[in-house]
Amino acid sequence: MAQSWRPDPSFYPAPRLATKAPPETLAYVVAFDPNRKLPDHLAVVDVDPNSATYGQIVHRTAMTAVGDELHHFGWNACSSALCPNAPHPHVERRYLVVPGLRSSRIHILDIKPDPAKPEVVKVIEPEEIAERAGYSRPHTVHCGPEGIYVSALGNGNGKGPGGVFLMDCESFEVLGRWELDRGPQYFAYDFWWHLGHDVMVTSEWGTPDMFEDGLIPELILGAKYGRRLHFWDLHKRRHLQEIDFGDKYQLVFELRPAHDPTKAYGFVNCVLSLEDLSSSIWVWYRDGDRFAVRKVITIPAEPADPDRLPPVLKGFKAVPPLVTDIDLSVDDRFLYVSCWGTGDLLQYDVSDPFAPKLTGKVRIGGIVSRAPHPSRPDRPLNGGPQMVEVSRDGRRIYFTNSLYGAVDPQFYPDGIDGWMVKVEADPRGGLRFDERFFVEWPAPHRPHQVRLQGGDASSDSYCYP
Amino acid sequence: MRELWPWLAIGGLGAFHGLNPAMGWLFAVALGLHRGSGRVVAFALLPIALGHLAAVAGTLAVFLGLGLVLDGPWLRRVGGLLLVGWAFWHWRFGRRHRVRFGMTVGSLGLFAWSSLMASAHGAGLMLIPAFLPICFTPAGEFASSFGTSVGLALAAVLLHTGAMLATTALLAFVVYRLVGVAVLRQAWINLDIPWTAALVVSGSLLLLWP
Repeated sequence: MAQSWRPDPSFYPAPRLATKAPPETLAYVVAFDPNRKLPDHLAVVDVDPNSATYGQIVHRTAMTAVGDELHHFGWNACSSALCPNAPHPHVERRYLVVPGLRSSRIHILDIKPDPAKPEVVKVIEPEEIAERAGYSRPHTVHCGPEGIYVSALGNGNGKGPGGVFLMDCESFEVLGRWELDRGPQYFAYDFWWHLGHDVMVTSEWGTPDMFEDGLIPELILGAKYGRRLHFWDLHKRRHLQEIDFGDKYQLVFELRPAHDPTKAYGFVNCVLSLEDLSSSIWVWYRDGDRFAVRKVITIPAEPADPDRLPPVLKGFKAVPPLVTDIDLSVDDRFLYVSCWGTGDLLQYDVSDPFAPKLTGKVRIGGIVSRAPHPSRPDRPLNGGPQMVEVSRDGRRIYFTNSLYGAVDPQFYPDGIDGWMVKVEADPRGGLRFDERFFVEWPAPHRPHQVRLQGGDASSDSYCYP
Repeated sequence: MRELWPWLAIGGLGAFHGLNPAMGWLFAVALGLHRGSGRVVAFALLPIALGHLAAVAGTLAVFLGLGLVLDGPWLRRVGGLLLVGWAFWHWRFGRRHRVRFGMTVGSLGLFAWSSLMASAHGAGLMLIPAFLPICFTPAGEFASSFGTSVGLALAAVLLHTGAMLATTALLAFVVYRLVGVAVLRQAWINLDIPWTAALVVSGSLLLLWP
């Protein structure tokens, strides 16, 4: 029951205020052992350019068991605690909620005693989640009006449907399933919300049997993986609407709603078009009483020599962009797009969400290009831009190169050597590598999601414009 | 003329309740910001005040009813125990309520929200130490008659809500028009601490009543 007299200084009522937050000095990055022999860890990376250990891993907190596959994670509390309808502003942003996507264990890490050395203070076992919420395979974590929300890809038995469950933001008790009426929703993946419109949005991947041994080509070609968005009443917890992208699109993943709570639009990436292997970015937006979607960016596949392609792609003679993560700056101005296949990180000006303009691009890694980092121009890199995180002021972009243990070897059969890089974003548009920042990840672990101390562009939601 | 202090306390607690962002001024400000209109802020104040009034009136009505069956010492004991119990619950579990209303709330929803928030915070209970001497003699008899006590209770509720509304309106105006929500980062002191203390003090007053 830690109580303070003033709100946590990392809570901001409005996104425009959060953009003035001081630069982060630490990044938290989860990494997993693809061989499932060593415990996964949460690494602390020094991101303070004035520090002697800048660009280095300064600490690693090991999990308590092996085989978790740490993937996405989040905070126990954030700026949404200031919302007027359910205020709890004196809870601290103090704990990282770190699920194991494969083990269904959830680790609670305390960063207060020493932010540079988080400690595991609690482990929630899969049985508790299955018993109290009926779910498994916890994925996305968001702090929100009713505590901690976690999406889960499987039900308690590892089948479908997946959904969302709630946890208390201080005791970490699993409170139960979030949905009261799930309507036709079956697959789960990402979720977020429009706090100003009382709407939750969820996206789709598949059930655990569809991805835990890798992507199944027959299911992709049959358009059997997730391809829908679901819209929900955030407080009545009822399904409102489903939008099917159609049988040409597969894997509708990361949801990046506008941070401005008065706006009711957001961006989502579709990894694969079955027609031409392109990836696409779509906008969902309010159209009268309903939501609608529109494709606003198409990123084409690049022709490639089959000899340089993994078996799964040889027949196509092209490398697909594989846009597997996107991130929207807190001021809703720039959208960052990770092309894990081609190795590009793209920056679009989305001031007009329906007319994005490409303003920046860097290339590193990639299935065919194997582009090096400028600090080591002689060294080809594998993996590609994947989990991308944007600082609150929008100036610094961090990303890592692994997608998911079972999928990595399908596209990078010779393995992935983990790395994390930082790119500097020009406020007028434009990207360039920070040559001082290239974290070569200690093998065998591979890094995945990045969270920035005090909050970042995909951690906090706001109630005030 | 009876004693003045209970009336001052009832009014003062109205101002104290109005001060708490969780009682509504902040919601009014947020709605105004969302819909880009000061009028929205003003129109939100009425259902917020009425919801508060309903919650407080409900609690006082229960105690008027209890007055029909309990004598003075028992009325105070029941009130005291409820208050201390509520303080404990509020401290331990106060943040754990289901969120039913969000930013698209209408007037009816705002009324219900305000009423639920006031009830959950024990706003009505907090008035009991001041309310009892207004409506009852120390022995627990109704002040002159049941009807008179109902009238006095009504006056107390109106005074309390009036003070609450005035404070709510003032803060909503100041934050919406003058200082902006950035002030929350510094000025939102944790009212849960004094609030819980107020519940404990009210309860103790009743339990230790001579």
